[in-house]
Amino acid sequence: MAAVRINELHKNDLPWIIEYDESKCIQCGKCTAACSFNAIRPAVEQRKSNSITNKCKTERVLVIKQNISLENYCRGCGMCANVCPNGAIKAVRNKDDKYSVAYRAEKADSFKKGGRSNLNTEGRTLDKIKVGRISQMTDPSLDAQRHTFELRTPFGRVLKADRLNFDVKNGNMIETTQLPPNRWIYPVIFGDMSIGAVSWRMWEAMAIATAYLNEVMGIPICMCTGEGGIPTKLLKSRYVKYMILQIASGHFGWNRIIKSMPDMTEVPAGILIKIGQGAKPGDGGLLLASKVARYVQEIRGVPKADLLSPPTHQGLYSIEESVQKMFLSMNAAFNFRVPVAVKVAASVTSVSVYNNLLRDPYNIVGGFFLDGLAAGTGAAHEISLNHTGHPITSKLRDCYLTAVKQGRQGEIPLFAGGGLGQTGSFAADAFKLICLGANGVFTGRMLMEIAGCVGSDTGKCNACNTGLCPAGIAAQNDNLVKRLDVDKVAQNLVNYILATDIELKKLMAPVGCSSLPIGRSDALITVDKHIARRLDIQYGC
Amino acid sequence: MCRIGAIKSKRKLHPAVALKLMRSQQEGHDDSGFAFVMQDMGGLFENYKDLPLLSMAATVEGTRLAEDILRELGFSRVMQWSPNINNSKGLKIEAMPNYIFEVLQYPKSFKHATKEEKEELLIDTTIRLRKTLEETNSGYIYSFWPDVLTLKEIGSPKDIGIYFNLWEENSELTSSIITAQCRQNTNYGIVRYAAHPFFLEGYTGLANGENTFFEKNKDYQEKLYKGYIGFESDSQCLLYTLHYIHKILKWPVKYFKHVITPLPYDEIIKRKDNSVLLRIKASLANLEINGPNTFLAVTPEKELLCVCDSKKLRPIVIGKSEDTIIMTSEVAGINDLIPNRDITKDIYPNEHETIVVRNDLTVERWQQ
Repeated sequence: MAAVRINELHKNDLPWIIEYDESKCIQCGKCTAACSFNAIRPAVEQRKSNSITNKCKTERVLVIKQNISLENYCRGCGMCANVCPNGAIKAVRNKDDKYSVAYRAEKADSFKKGGRSNLNTEGRTLDKIKVGRISQMTDPSLDAQRHTFELRTPFGRVLKADRLNFDVKNGNMIETTQLPPNRWIYPVIFGDMSIGAVSWRMWEAMAIATAYLNEVMGIPICMCTGEGGIPTKLLKSRYVKYMILQIASGHFGWNRIIKSMPDMTEVPAGILIKIGQGAKPGDGGLLLASKVARYVQEIRGVPKADLLSPPTHQGLYSIEESVQKMFLSMNAAFNFRVPVAVKVAASVTSVSVYNNLLRDPYNIVGGFFLDGLAAGTGAAHEISLNHTGHPITSKLRDCYLTAVKQGRQGEIPLFAGGGLGQTGSFAADAFKLICLGANGVFTGRMLMEIAGCVGSDTGKCNACNTGLCPAGIAAQNDNLVKRLDVDKVAQNLVNYILATDIELKKLMAPVGCSSLPIGRSDALITVDKHIARRLDIQYGC
Repeated sequence: MCRIGAIKSKRKLHPAVALKLMRSQQEGHDDSGFAFVMQDMGGLFENYKDLPLLSMAATVEGTRLAEDILRELGFSRVMQWSPNINNSKGLKIEAMPNYIFEVLQYPKSFKHATKEEKEELLIDTTIRLRKTLEETNSGYIYSFWPDVLTLKEIGSPKDIGIYFNLWEENSELTSSIITAQCRQNTNYGIVRYAAHPFFLEGYTGLANGENTFFEKNKDYQEKLYKGYIGFESDSQCLLYTLHYIHKILKWPVKYFKHVITPLPYDEIIKRKDNSVLLRIKASLANLEINGPNTFLAVTPEKELLCVCDSKKLRPIVIGKSEDTIIMTSEVAGINDLIPNRDITKDIYPNEHETIVVRNDLTVERWQQ
């Protein structure tokens, strides 16, 4: 009887199993070259010979074999199948996967990954909501092609009209005091993904698309830099005015930003102070050493090591304190000309935080970015990714309605993100969240999808943490990064936003809105009674 | 679609004029009601311009409750007028038992009160009366303000006219400004409060339209001022916004248009006053309207206003004679009342205009 080594890792324990058809293989080697995870290798198999002319009893056959290793294992990215000219190889999901158990049992460490949560057990709320109030007859629908639509939304603290302190001179109103900075931006923001979390090519493509959309297409979109600084050249260029600079607890990249300030010709679109992240709330930032490439070290001014942004900002013990210290210093940095916003993870406590900021008498918080649990991440402990967080929809609604209760809706613009476009309908998701009270939305996930991310919410790839992203999006390995065509990605991003623009209008027109329907929840219905009750919208069946 | 009308004249006019104005526009209404507001009163009310005039419809119980409250607050009756009711059979009207139009003297404690204090008393009293009548389902208070008389009723405008004997002009019930609508609110429930024109503290408003930002407006206005109540019609929001801009914020009335239909960012940014306009657009985003609307209003200065939605989706025409100006939904109404005018001087306002009729009947056309 053969000895069976139960306590070793076996192919059947891995999340993906390589299916290989040797009869179709021409031994070109493309699959092994394409696999960024080193999950397959060329190998020689000794087999019983069936040939009657062969005097030997065995023969050697060149095959592709799957590596069985905790480090080098198949993530199901599908690159091997993509490059195989004959369809000889593919990765097949193993429903009896025990990899994460084996990893923890062997390494005595928490299992980490990137991408998205893989426990989508609840079904999406946004998919159960429809735009159900259609303008007809005497209240006519608008024409998405013919009519003009205003798609800009305010970003920055909005004061109630009686606090604007206007003076009237010769029948005209004039400003008498400096008011908090305010921008009018597109309601979709390119979400915060740092140089480091994504490759320089991906980041550059987003920056190019942002500039092109603003300067050529007239779509005033903003891009958030993520925590990790931005190239000095960009800081000193006029394009910085489309950038929302992010600062988080690690303060990575801020040395370079501060040093560039004297030479900056434009102020940035805004500052986003990241407190939390929807995909891993309560957890800090995490950039594993494998992704800290040389240029990332230079921009951030750090050694090649795991870069951890702590879960909390040092020295901040209360919301009031964060207002007084952090916001004030960020506002002061740009002479109170730049909106300063905060990004937090959606949580049961979001309303309390929002209330504190709304009631802050200094009016320094200019935006509330709420990130839901379906958001993506470059790297996280799987336990955080799969088991912590709060869905975006109800929490956004809670924040909006708490403002309504106080007559303060719109004073701190709400921006929602986290899983938008998960089922392929980004514009519809954005529209529904706007109707529920968001001034706008932000997304990182859609940008990755557009760029060619091969990951999924069901465990495919999700290796953003490794630096070995097979699409070159979240990679820091030169060869992998080169897989990404900067111009093509930028073009696709631009095209996607143009399509989104058309689709937003196609939803605004039938509900009779020529400007953004922020808080127009009467335009929505839901086919789920619980959702209707929770979000205070009409139930339809 | 609603049909609305506003008449301002150098003469004192009887409400029969408003009925006649709306008669030829009857295809646009559905026999569901008739309502009008008279301001700058003549006739029997000419000598009581400074005293509050209560317009109310109530049951016997409602009348008693209202009188008790007014007495308790110290108001005393100075003059009362009752319409000459013609209760013929077959009239299509859902009449209330009592229609009360009475001039009251302020409480003695208000002898030296300021105008603002008196106005505060009137709005507080109006809200209290309305609440009491609502709770007991015993009546409706339409206006309680100096020099303003309001009547609203459910039924056929023609029959309502017959019932209140309004088709025959007389010199008792007259005013220089009359605003009227010949339709109940058909979007929501048929209730008397939903009928235009609406009145609040010297401001009257009436609209032909559908305000698709109703929920946004309502959510915001409910917290803005105690007098912003009811919301039986999405057009009330327009009146409340005018009141908020002009009376509470004390902004020039031209900014009303910038609040309800703000210009797109790309147009604002080219203007010299862009900074102020962008602030207004952001701070009062919840008071923007959307959907097709024509809005007519009367200000406490007794000037008429007319504005349209940003896409000009509803009709309005303004015609003028020597001594009278009429704004109404269809030119047919003006043709009936001012047949011999120079029709080339009729005004069809555009989407960016605010039309203002001054007290000397000069018409100003402000471009947004």
